Amino acid sequence: MPLSPRTPLAVLAGVGALVALSACDSTDSASSGSGAAGPIKVEASDSTCAVAVNTANAGNVTFEITNKGTKVTEFYLYAEGDRIMGEVENIAPGLNRRLIVEVPEAGKYQTACKPGMVGNGIRGDFTITGGAQKQTDTNAQKAEATKSYATYVANNTAALETETQKFVDLVKAGKVDEAKAEYATTRVYYERIEPVAEKFGDLDPLIDVREADLESGQQFTGFHRLEKDLWVTGLQPDSPQVADKLLTDVKDLVTKTKTLQLSALDLANGAKGLLDEVATGKITGEEETFSHTDLWDFQANVDGSKGAIASLRPILQERDPALVSTLDKQFANVQSLLDKTRVGDGFKYYNQLSQDEIKAFASAVDALSEPLSKVAEVVSK
Amino acid sequence: MNEEGTRVSRRKLFGLAGAGVALAGAGAAAGVGIDRMGGSTAQAAVTTVDFHGEHQAGIVTPTQQNLHFAAFDVTTTDVGELRQLLRTWTSAARRMTAGQEVVPNGAVGGAAEAPPGDTGEALDLPASDLTLTIGFGPSLFDGRFGLAAKRPAQLIDLPLFPKDKLDPARTGGDLCIQACANDPQVAVHAVRNLARLGFGVTEVRWSQLGFGRSSSTSREQATPRNLFGFKDGTNNIKSEDTDFLRDEVWAVAGDGQTWMAGGSYLVARRIRMHIETWDREPLEGQEQIVGRTKGSGAPLGQTAEFDEVDLGVRGEGGVPLIADDAHIRLASHQTLNGTRILRRGYNFVDGSDGVGHLEAGLFFLAFNRDTRKQYVPMQQALSSKDAMMEYVQHTGSAHFAVPPGLTPTSNWGDGLFA
Repeated sequence: MPLSPRTPLAVLAGVGALVALSACDSTDSASSGSGAAGPIKVEASDSTCAVAVNTANAGNVTFEITNKGTKVTEFYLYAEGDRIMGEVENIAPGLNRRLIVEVPEAGKYQTACKPGMVGNGIRGDFTITGGAQKQTDTNAQKAEATKSYATYVANNTAALETETQKFVDLVKAGKVDEAKAEYATTRVYYERIEPVAEKFGDLDPLIDVREADLESGQQFTGFHRLEKDLWVTGLQPDSPQVADKLLTDVKDLVTKTKTLQLSALDLANGAKGLLDEVATGKITGEEETFSHTDLWDFQANVDGSKGAIASLRPILQERDPALVSTLDKQFANVQSLLDKTRVGDGFKYYNQLSQDEIKAFASAVDALSEPLSKVAEVVSK
Repeated sequence: MNEEGTRVSRRKLFGLAGAGVALAGAGAAAGVGIDRMGGSTAQAAVTTVDFHGEHQAGIVTPTQQNLHFAAFDVTTTDVGELRQLLRTWTSAARRMTAGQEVVPNGAVGGAAEAPPGDTGEALDLPASDLTLTIGFGPSLFDGRFGLAAKRPAQLIDLPLFPKDKLDPARTGGDLCIQACANDPQVAVHAVRNLARLGFGVTEVRWSQLGFGRSSSTSREQATPRNLFGFKDGTNNIKSEDTDFLRDEVWAVAGDGQTWMAGGSYLVARRIRMHIETWDREPLEGQEQIVGRTKGSGAPLGQTAEFDEVDLGVRGEGGVPLIADDAHIRLASHQTLNGTRILRRGYNFVDGSDGVGHLEAGLFFLAFNRDTRKQYVPMQQALSSKDAMMEYVQHTGSAHFAVPPGLTPTSNWGDGLFA
């Protein structure tokens, strides 16, 4: 959708726009879900997700999430098939955040808190009543899909900027261990939207070039340069400058994505492209050759692909329901393999995987990529 | 590729593709095509081998020049998905063996936004005698798909033979596809497209390219040479040997599993040849190891290739000419109580081994009626006594039940899942 730079993101996205209320002390005690009647309270902890009411009228629905746990959390509203209607990420312990979601259609939805920002989250059913008739007009459907995905991108770029800032600060402070811990977490937000980042041919290499791919005379900058500093050579005299440059480039990228116009076809190709990234870079362990945090990227690529497919879901469901169930099944298959490699809030390091585990990943990625390659044609009709 | 009926005049070929074609239940179609082989007249003729018949094509079909063999593992646990894939594969195989694309307009005639339905590298190439033959491995009958009771007793897990050095990555498989053609690109195209159709249901476990057939399956074919430089397969069963085929190759209902009637059992062995050390062996030594002369292929003590082997022949001073450990003696049906097998081997060179040698050898394919009574005793004898074992090493191994042939409306797997 055309994102005009003059349109504030919150209005534009209409959905899931992050209205960061700095520890706002809201005293609204809403029991009705209708947007006008005040926010629906959500109390999140490390093991619970208490949503005050489980129904609301169609239109703008506002949630107010309080994180009473010890882990950073996220809150999502999902439509069928895990299509993200809206989300807030990075809700630190003790903070309140607000989420305004535009839900035009009645139907079955789900709320989810994700303590530690991993996994499927703690789900709850949520019903939307009333509302508009289902959209069947093709162009409107496509516009809806791109709008929904633009929200996904906006959420991730916002988080990318926040996390990169943290990472860069740790590098510059010489806190190697903490910077290492922050590295993989930060890259998740980049890897989820990589096809979007790749639209900016000059920025992507600055941010994400691998040492092995450097051209003669090209400077080694970005995430992987700092990865090498942190894991292999130790911080270098110019590491702080490299870190500053990374932050500048990331901010530049975030600004540019706001004006990016994507088409439904872009989403389809992006979803496939992310799995190609997995097949060529992650399965081989080449992406994170120094830190071996490839599985974090792998998960993020899968998430990003899922996000794009989720946005396209209403179109796909109408035109090729069999393809949708195949995709659901194969996404679940890849996810179950990833889940087996989880360690705490993260994953095994890639050099800890056996050849059999890697083979199983490759096979599952092939099985998912093949149906993904068929999405573009279905969408382009 | 030709759509059926264009540029191909349908007539029986005699002397070109050989009588074996008719025997294989095939009406050969001939026309003029691109001769990429630069070979004999027979190869230059554009012919197709009928996909249908009493037995699967690719067993007694006169051995084509090139092979791409692939073993697959089934990754799904849903028997319905497996059956559907076998139907999809059958229709793709039916088309490709007829010289057509996997799906109509597959390579370039589809939607611009979709990946092409056919990978395209065989566009403009004739069928090149492509045959596609399917087999089911022992592991398919392990209970995942309710097939345990359908496993033929003949489909054993092959024993480990002396001196075997099997690489797990080149061994076993739930399914196999043997693609043979007179153009390597046609064979590769077929396997590649079947593998692609299988994603999510099957994955390639291993695959092997072969060139220069190292055995003949028809009297019309000259005996080719293997990478040791010797004629290989002189005493092989030929498609003209109908009695031997009936007794030694084709399974019958009375053998145990009725779904295998008209089928056969395929043994695949990847045999690495230490060609560098072989090439240092004097001519006389090479001939003694094999038991034949290198030039004509005549058995030692005889004058021509097809002379009857006389294992008791003695030379000057009463010395036996064919040594106790000669390959020809140990592999002979006279030594093995009359046992014979039908072989369809191919040479291979898979690049190099990283320590200065070619990764070369023989990809051995044999079809027999009962592996327990035919291949196994033969290989036990060879592995433990054959002088040639100093120069070869078995690095891959697999065993498959090859079901009978198809009608134009039946599918691979119909009998198995009936």
